[in-house]
Amino acid sequence: MTSPASLRRRLATQLIGSAAILAAVLILLFLSFSRQIAQNSQDNILLASATSILENISVRNDEIVVDIPYSAFSMLGSVSNDRVFYRIDNDDELLTGYSDLPRPDIQAATNAFATRSYLDADIRTVSALKVIAVNQRIETVIVTIAQTQEGLTDQLNALFKQALGIGVGFFIISSILAIIAVNRVFRPLQDLATSVSGRGPNDLEPFNTAVPDEMVPLVHALNSFTGRLDRSLSRSEDFITEAAHRVRTPLATVRTQAEVFLRRVRQDNNRTTLKDMIRAIDESSRAAGQLIDQAMVNLRTDVLDRKEVNLGECIVDAVQRLQPIASLRDIDLKLAPMDVHFAHIDPILIQNAITNIVDNAIKYSPPETEISVQIISESDKIIIRILDQGPGFCQDDPRTLLGRFVRGQSSTDKIGSGLGLTIANDVFIAHGGGLRLYNRQEGTGACVEAFLPR
Amino acid sequence: MCRSILAAIILALASPLPAFQIQEETVFEVDKKAGALRIISTADIDLFAPIIKSFQVQNPMIEVHYIGVTSTEIMTAITQENEAFDVVISSAMDLQIKLANDGYAAPHFSAASDRVPGWGKWRDSVFAFTQEHAAIVLSLDAFQGLDLPKTRQALITILRENPDRFRNRVGTYDIRESGLGYLFATQDARTSEVFWRLSEVFGQVGTQLYCCSSEMIDDVSAGDIAVAYNVLGSYATARADIADKIHIIQPEDFTTLMMRSALLPVNAPNTEGAGLFMDHLLTLAWSAPRSADFPFPNGTTDETANSAKLRPIRMGPGLLVFLDRFKRDQFLNAWEATILQN
Repeated sequence: MTSPASLRRRLATQLIGSAAILAAVLILLFLSFSRQIAQNSQDNILLASATSILENISVRNDEIVVDIPYSAFSMLGSVSNDRVFYRIDNDDELLTGYSDLPRPDIQAATNAFATRSYLDADIRTVSALKVIAVNQRIETVIVTIAQTQEGLTDQLNALFKQALGIGVGFFIISSILAIIAVNRVFRPLQDLATSVSGRGPNDLEPFNTAVPDEMVPLVHALNSFTGRLDRSLSRSEDFITEAAHRVRTPLATVRTQAEVFLRRVRQDNNRTTLKDMIRAIDESSRAAGQLIDQAMVNLRTDVLDRKEVNLGECIVDAVQRLQPIASLRDIDLKLAPMDVHFAHIDPILIQNAITNIVDNAIKYSPPETEISVQIISESDKIIIRILDQGPGFCQDDPRTLLGRFVRGQSSTDKIGSGLGLTIANDVFIAHGGGLRLYNRQEGTGACVEAFLPR
Repeated sequence: MCRSILAAIILALASPLPAFQIQEETVFEVDKKAGALRIISTADIDLFAPIIKSFQVQNPMIEVHYIGVTSTEIMTAITQENEAFDVVISSAMDLQIKLANDGYAAPHFSAASDRVPGWGKWRDSVFAFTQEHAAIVLSLDAFQGLDLPKTRQALITILRENPDRFRNRVGTYDIRESGLGYLFATQDARTSEVFWRLSEVFGQVGTQLYCCSSEMIDDVSAGDIAVAYNVLGSYATARADIADKIHIIQPEDFTTLMMRSALLPVNAPNTEGAGLFMDHLLTLAWSAPRSADFPFPNGTTDETANSAKLRPIRMGPGLLVFLDRFKRDQFLNAWEATILQN
């Protein structure tokens, strides 16, 4: 009751519990009725037997004569194998039968039934009486018939099994119906949940689907919440863009002025200081850029905006944008022929990841070397392999580089934030793939393999 | 000994309930005795002996005492004198049912008792082990030149048309003495009015009264009587020695079918031995084909099933009706008035 775990479970438990109680009540009622009916039918046949004897009581020569008809007892024997006892009295004087058989109390002109014990057995007895005139005297003849109750007990045991069967059947059917009903009741809720989770990352429109009355306040609240979220998200997107500009633009200005100033300065120690300054500015600018990337990646990986795109084109596009930087360092960017690989991906994120990996490779490669990018298609995945001819990874376990702000040992003189591979890894993991780092076996250089599941 | 009608009546009037006396006790001894079994029975010892002997082959340590009595004596012994027996065997189904109804019989369950069909047992206490016809046995000599009757009506006609030939040469049970005779007579009376017409004719020609089937058969074969009515067919069929002298009829109007039955008294001293004997008896009785050790028509030999003329006596409380004091008195009065009219 107090557990808030599942409304559905709570409702189902309560319905099934009610079904169990109803089934138990049903069994008890059935049993009580059947006991009554069984007892009634035994009473009826006992009474019929007693009556048939009463009808055969006559007076001959001023004597009461009892002529028990054969059917009086054989009818009892046809129903069950129970033992039969009887006594016939004229008032309190025994005429015939079992003298010690207990007799129910009988009032005039009625029949009396009683359950007694006789000869170590439970018996059901009936007494019926008849008033006859004998020699101008009024005499009362009482016929008492008794039968053991073994047949009745057997019958009730059989009925109990049936009742149990009916009760259990009732319980199972009601439980199944309860579960179906509960599922049906909660289906609109599930539908709403599905439509909420099925929405794209940018879809913060209000929900207009028809819902049951009880859910209208929930949908209102949800709509008002998404509204606020929408406004809040657009504010933070604005903020990120704003921040990028606010940081990058002044940095660019400072860098330009520092370079201009460097050309004018002749003193060696001042030049060194200025170079350090420019380096620091570059680093900050790059870090700012990558922080914005990371923020963007975090935002998008939660809910990917997947599209069917040509992966080859997408990668070629990203790599070619880096061509100018590579040329500056005399590095040859070689693109292996890209076949058409259609993939269901978020192209902006994938491009961003590839850019980060290749940018990283350019940064660590010595001049006049070559970086090659290949796409390898395997049965269950697509691998994008980026090979350089640089010093390779120095770590024993290159995977540590995938952590945030972890930088390689050879990077002390390089500008970087330690975020590039982290961002790329996040992107591929979000797509269900991942990143693998290793040193090339033939020749020197590092290899980064990114893979996407098919 | 049962032929002296007058003596029987006087005896019956003097002591309506004769005290239980062991008439004949046969002991089937064993070499190493480890227990004894007392069987009280109405069946002739000659007929029953093979069953006891085959039982002792399987249980060689049990000494069997076989006490032959009438069915009325069984009632006296058990209900009034509290005699202890291990097995009670009787042809008087009504008395067996009464013993079980009044709580003198112990229920018995075993693989052998499961063989007995529902109509052959009552309350798992009384078990039938034979099905025997109530037959009419005729002396072929006496009927020379006459058509052999096939129904009671035909018998009535013959007796009426030839009163001199059959004068005092008709025999039947003295139903005041014989439990089986009483059972047959009451069932006949219940089935058809022809019983009373037949009794009337019996009374007119003069009837000899007997205690037992075997004596009636003896007298028919000796030519002392011409007709024996309500004789156990099994006893007559078993007498190969006189087969050419007698003619056995299963009346075509109706033939009463009696089941000999066994029960185990609640106060049996040797319950284990009694159970073993009951199982032995029931296995013999309800096995097909019939074992050579079993001298009775057994339960599974059926021409019996589905024959319209056969009236099996149904086990059940209905049989208690004719044991009622009033009912018995009335029936015996009516019977005496017809049979003993001369």
